[in-house]
Amino acid sequence: MVEFLTSTVGLSGWLAWTIAAVVSAVLVLNVIAGGALAFIWAERKVSARIQDRLGPTRTGGRFGWLQSVADGIKLLAKEDLMPQGADGLLFRLAPYVSFCASFCAFIALPFAFDVVGQRLNVAVFFVVAVLGLEVFGVILAGYASASKWSLFGAMREAAQVVSYEVPLGMCVVVPVMIAGTMDMVTIAEKQAGWFWNWYIFHDPFTFVIFWVYVTCAVASVNRAPFDLAEAESELVAGFHTEYSGLRWSYFFMAEYGSMFLVSAMAAVLFLGGWNGPVPLASLAGLSAGTGDTAPYVVRLLGLANLVAKASLGVIVMMWIRWTLPRLRIDQVMATCLKYCTPIAAVMFAGAMLWKIALPGGLVPGLSRPGGEIREGWLPGPGGAAIPGESTRDGSLARVTP
Amino acid sequence: MTPTLIADVSGVALPVAAINWHALFFLLFAGIACGFAVAVVAADNVVRMALYLVLSLAATAGLFLLAGAEFLGAMQLMIYVGGTLVLLVFGVMLTAQGPLVTLASAGGDRALAGVVGAALLGMLVLAGLSVPAWRQPASGAVVEPAAAPLGMALVGVRVDDPTANAPAGVRPGYLLPFEIVSVHLLVVLVGAAYLARAKRRKTPRAIEVAASVEPPAAVAEHAAIGRDAALRTGSVLSGGPA
Repeated sequence: MVEFLTSTVGLSGWLAWTIAAVVSAVLVLNVIAGGALAFIWAERKVSARIQDRLGPTRTGGRFGWLQSVADGIKLLAKEDLMPQGADGLLFRLAPYVSFCASFCAFIALPFAFDVVGQRLNVAVFFVVAVLGLEVFGVILAGYASASKWSLFGAMREAAQVVSYEVPLGMCVVVPVMIAGTMDMVTIAEKQAGWFWNWYIFHDPFTFVIFWVYVTCAVASVNRAPFDLAEAESELVAGFHTEYSGLRWSYFFMAEYGSMFLVSAMAAVLFLGGWNGPVPLASLAGLSAGTGDTAPYVVRLLGLANLVAKASLGVIVMMWIRWTLPRLRIDQVMATCLKYCTPIAAVMFAGAMLWKIALPGGLVPGLSRPGGEIREGWLPGPGGAAIPGESTRDGSLARVTP
Repeated sequence: MTPTLIADVSGVALPVAAINWHALFFLLFAGIACGFAVAVVAADNVVRMALYLVLSLAATAGLFLLAGAEFLGAMQLMIYVGGTLVLLVFGVMLTAQGPLVTLASAGGDRALAGVVGAALLGMLVLAGLSVPAWRQPASGAVVEPAAAPLGMALVGVRVDDPTANAPAGVRPGYLLPFEIVSVHLLVVLVGAAYLARAKRRKTPRAIEVAASVEPPAAVAEHAAIGRDAALRTGSVLSGGPA
């Protein structure tokens, strides 16, 4: 985009950079805000259907499309309350901390080939690191509310998120290990082709670890059955008991943003990213690299793919939420420490052994048609870090001196 | 992000474009980091101190990212801002009661701390100015930020510098320091688990002694006697102080 602005439009460098940065930021912000609106409506409809109800039917037509907008107007009009004993600064700041953490993580998330706010070499790590910061807003909210319910909720959330970061990190490392890079664009590009190239079908261990990832992801974004921080049967509303109006909705925008984020991460790491189950674009002869319109078509197709996968992930989370009962805190901890962590560790070792023993996959020739995309620091043929450029046998072991 | 940014901005001609974005963001992040570092010391409330510390550390992560050290920046966010601070907040909120919630320091303490801090700062500034290479603007090869060479070096393969002046058969990686740190962390973990485990009572209760020492037949007999005693005295608590 910067190249386009400088060369075609003729803007000077600093202006082009500023415009590109603002456009990226605004787009990401709208993904979160618009996504939250859509997902809140979807949550109402999904929960209603699961409970054999209809959900919103009147606001804005037959399916209640405008229910989220009506919700938003209601929240804007609500009185902004603060408890008397609250720590004013921290109470006001907490929702923004949560929201900023969710927002920052989106910067490194690729939506299609090269459609990414900022392509980071350590994107996976960055996203996991930033996602863990969301808990800080919750802790601040719980402390600053001067309410026992809030504090209990915050404590539970802190314990839960800190514990689940361990198995989540282990799950995330497996695709990174198979791809040989933490760059999410490259990881997704390596899964190009038919759906059996996706890392979830790479070997049995990655298939298992995908489900561990799903469990940990649901827990790390505090959705039911792991939503102990806001267990309404015990804690009124948990950490956001004292919040109302727009401040309260910031927490929910952060929550829906994080849900979309972990789903998109699952899509990129395990489900082929923006590569569809059937490589429609390459079958039609389109490529992301050349031509006037083809790159745009390919990227739009990829964007649609990724958004569809991530939205499906969010819908699955809603399905889980409205189907399973809430766990107790000891069950939450047992799930993490006694099941998720050991399973993730064993699967990590298994995936590693598989990668060494069967570098070409179970059926040689079936998978990896795109070849191995290599990082720029690797010597040898095709060493340039251009995704799409391929060398046939690019195992890491070959380049060790 | 930054390497191209520097190159791009330095070549523009407009007077407005003389804004050096790199320097601007550096000053911004550095200002945030230093300002909140001072705020940590100046604040009275423990939780607010923790918040300021988080912000200061996050701004430091921003400085790392600005310098193109993406791995280090993410690491800073993960370890300091994410992990340590959550644990710190845990500790603070679970332990701080009454007088400890507000930590107002006396005037003498502040003066002493100010002198020590100023001395350290002066030493750092002098040390920094004494390096001639640091006085000019940075120049030289822009290194492609990549975490993979670092990871390979951790397992003992220096892909970035394969022809290092090492004797044959020795790989100048970071494997040994890495392992030493791992063992150190393991020791710390074991120690923490030892300290945090449930303590055994010094004088075990009679029922526990009975369960652990006596053979099953004797236990049954003991229980029967207890039940008889309970029946006699009309107490429902068998084995209780009849």
